[in-house]
Amino acid sequence: MSAPAVSVPSSSAHTLRNAVIRLAGNSQDGIQSIGGFLARLAGRTAQEVMTYMTIPSTISGGPSIFQVHLGSGEVLTAGDDADVLVAFYQHSYDSHISALRNGGICLYDSGEVTEIKHERGIHYFGIPFTAATVEALGGSARDRGKNMLVLGLICAVFGLDKDKLVTIVSRQFGKKDESVLRNALLAFDAGYAYQIGDLEKFTFVPGEAQDANRISTDGNQMLSLGLLAAGVRYGSAYPITPWSPIMETLRSELPKYGGVFVQAEDELAAVSMAIGAAFAGHLAITGSSGPGISLKQEALGYASMAELPLIVVNVQRGGPSTGLPTSVEQSDLMQAIYGSHGDTPRFVLAPKDVEDCFYIALEAGRIARKYSCPVIILSDQALSSRIEAFTEPDVDKHWVEPSLDLSPRGEDFRPYPLDKTTRHAPPGTKMAAGKYPHISGLEHDEWGHPSGNAKMHQEMTNKRRQKLLDAAAEFPLPEIHGESAGDALLIAWGSAWGPVKEATDRLRSEGYHVGAANMRHLHPMPNGLEKIIAGYKHVIAVEMNDSGAYGFGQLAMLLRARYADPKIKSVCKTDGLAFRVREIVTGVEKHLAAN
Amino acid sequence: MSTAIDTTTAAPVAEKLTKKQLIADHPTWCPGCGDFAVLAVFYKVLEKLQIPQEKIVVVAGIGCSSRFPYFMNTHSLHFIHGRALPLATGISLSRPDVHVFVFGGDGDGFSIGGNHLNHAARKNIRLTYVIMDNFVYGLTKNQTSPTTPIGRKSKTDPVGAIDRPINPMKQLLASGATFIGRTHATQVKHMDELFTRAIEHDGFSVIECLSECTMFYPGAFDDGNPRKGGAFDVIDEKQHDVKDDVAAFKLADLPSPGKFGVFYQVKRPTKNELEQRWIDDSQAKLGGASQKDILKKRFEAMR
Ligand SMILES: Cc1ncc(C[n+]2csc(CCOP(=O)(O)OP(=O)(O)O)c2C)c(N)n1
Ligand code: SF4
Ligand SMILES: [Mg+2]
Repeated sequence: MSAPAVSVPSSSAHTLRNAVIRLAGNSQDGIQSIGGFLARLAGRTAQEVMTYMTIPSTISGGPSIFQVHLGSGEVLTAGDDADVLVAFYQHSYDSHISALRNGGICLYDSGEVTEIKHERGIHYFGIPFTAATVEALGGSARDRGKNMLVLGLICAVFGLDKDKLVTIVSRQFGKKDESVLRNALLAFDAGYAYQIGDLEKFTFVPGEAQDANRISTDGNQMLSLGLLAAGVRYGSAYPITPWSPIMETLRSELPKYGGVFVQAEDELAAVSMAIGAAFAGHLAITGSSGPGISLKQEALGYASMAELPLIVVNVQRGGPSTGLPTSVEQSDLMQAIYGSHGDTPRFVLAPKDVEDCFYIALEAGRIARKYSCPVIILSDQALSSRIEAFTEPDVDKHWVEPSLDLSPRGEDFRPYPLDKTTRHAPPGTKMAAGKYPHISGLEHDEWGHPSGNAKMHQEMTNKRRQKLLDAAAEFPLPEIHGESAGDALLIAWGSAWGPVKEATDRLRSEGYHVGAANMRHLHPMPNGLEKIIAGYKHVIAVEMNDSGAYGFGQLAMLLRARYADPKIKSVCKTDGLAFRVREIVTGVEKHLAAN
Repeated sequence: MSTAIDTTTAAPVAEKLTKKQLIADHPTWCPGCGDFAVLAVFYKVLEKLQIPQEKIVVVAGIGCSSRFPYFMNTHSLHFIHGRALPLATGISLSRPDVHVFVFGGDGDGFSIGGNHLNHAARKNIRLTYVIMDNFVYGLTKNQTSPTTPIGRKSKTDPVGAIDRPINPMKQLLASGATFIGRTHATQVKHMDELFTRAIEHDGFSVIECLSECTMFYPGAFDDGNPRKGGAFDVIDEKQHDVKDDVAAFKLADLPSPGKFGVFYQVKRPTKNELEQRWIDDSQAKLGGASQKDILKKRFEAMR
């Protein structure tokens, strides 16, 4: 939280630009809904927001946190340290008090948390969450509804827009039984009116994001809606965390658009069904996470060989193997590019934030159609579930109407012309010459007939590779945040972008000359990157994967392979958590100090 | 229009489909391979049924038998080993206007693709699937297959197969397929009749066709070939109720060469039909809103 600090309790109201609130409890306490309501409110009050949560991978629940970073200006991370900790249990307190900054505020359930350490100037306010909720709702409610009580407390402490918050809550609970909404609002009001004692009240300076239609949602939602806008109507997948919400959304939404999403028996079937729909002439999608993406690799290689358009979403999670299903990692970049046997050209993109999940889907659709080739979108667990607020996309502007070209093909039609990009004639198309195309995973000639001819294999390899070369020439260069020359260029991809951008600002405020670039187009990389890199003493790829045998992360390896420049270095980590700004700053400073 | 994309083509011109039009490359199979006869009968049946050439889609996985698509002058796709059924599912569900045919071997269908068979069958995907069963891996040159009888020697079972082979008919009955037949590549008339009935069946129709691998397993099906002294014993549908799966199970238990013909046939809604019903219901509720407006409304609700 930037100045002014919250450290001194007083009766006067403080104004804030941003605040980080960490809610720590058990997953069944509904702390995600508190966070969700706050995030949605931010979207409606012209604020920026970023959330972060941990989910136990067991169904029965368990310790869980939801962190909300609210800001009147730009919010790039979920926050390194919390300004406010809300502890539901002793274990929540014990595990998370270290995440609270010096002088921060700790609100805790005085019926649950019995041992607190008075240290680091932390201000404690014990409130009987459970007892107060029971008092508000009557005995039968027990502790259900205490999340709403806490929401009321937070609303009062931060002087949030109560009317708007109540509207959001009502919209959510209004779908259910009447009594559910009544109880929720009773608990909320009890929290709002609770006399916390000697705690100052805060107010946020007015939000700066004054644009009209702001929405707040998570990355999986935006990716799903982006796919719909991109004209995707058919797909198939198998459930896996954190990919599943995308397939659930598509399965529920696609019938409205006349499409079908199939829950397949496994990932091999899922990718095969999607390839079937692609062959049938549609822009199709499959997706998964971790293990499921490994299973799809053979068929993905087929799609490159047969030159079929396909979108593949990988919501990356911690690996290897079953790994950390509910944690963030970016360790599938090499797999995305090189995961299948043989030389299999395909495209790899990564969204930089929740909003960009929508636009990356459109870009994936554009590329898949243009080059008749698989496109892999590398999202990640952090983007999948965190909530951000931003301007609603202009659907009119971006809408792609799905189409199927069944017009008869002329005498000169060939499925695999050596001198042109493949444009398949889907089933249903009449062939004027009476000769029908074969789609093949065996190396083939221009007609798709199997061919083991050495020259033909070389020529077809060239043809398939040419797509990457053409795309590299066409892809836009990343914009530079900060300085366009100087001590270091930080390169990020995926969800690492937010913290990298903030770390860049912090390094600059410390006097370093630093710029930052985000790679949306990871493979192929856009031509001209070398000119950007030339301006800096160090080029540091910041990514959540392991530095491996040679001391470099996966993007750093690719950059080194492409530019053969020893000034390309890495800041890597794999602790299952999103980058803290501080970690990036320290990592970069180490490289800068080394020479 | 209820589906996502309009699949109606220009007004159909009455062109007659001939067998000749359907012939593509000369098959690369070994001389005498049973698969030739299957191909020849398929040409004939298509000619008989007069399915428009551009609406015929032939797909396969990998194997000798799975080379089938290259020999068809129709829209065709040669996929990867064992995954032809899910691929065909993707085509069938997204293109109600085309006819999907899948051809493949016993390894492709019952081994590497075994699980896909179960699921395509239970979902009752509208397509026709012919398993050209030669009791051996032909393309990879004589390894044991899931239908290889116990005791038969192969490169991977030099002292004879020891694993119990699957019983294709029982497997298919358990899978939930709605049309299940069995035929023999030397019995051209029977193949013709069975293929025709399978194609006319609205749902997942599957046929096991015993097709000899003359290269690696010659004589494997002589006991079902009257010309070689065997018995081609066709199911009498006056005696066998094709809707009775228990009776079909009993028929499937007969020792080699067993019975030929339709073991089972029932009518059950296809997934194609059920998905379309959901689409129609969803769209009816939206009162004819354009797809673009549906997405816009969705965003509005998120404000
Ligand atoms: C993933 C994979 N594994 C193994 C193979 C090698 N392979 C190709 S065909 C085949 C077996 C073919 O047997 P079957 O399906 O019975 O067909 P047939 O050749 O007998 O007609 C095998 C093992 C492959 N192509 N792909
Ligand atoms: S190896 Fe056997 S199955 Fe393959 S083509 Fe030859 S005879 Fe037919
Ligand atoms: Mg075989």
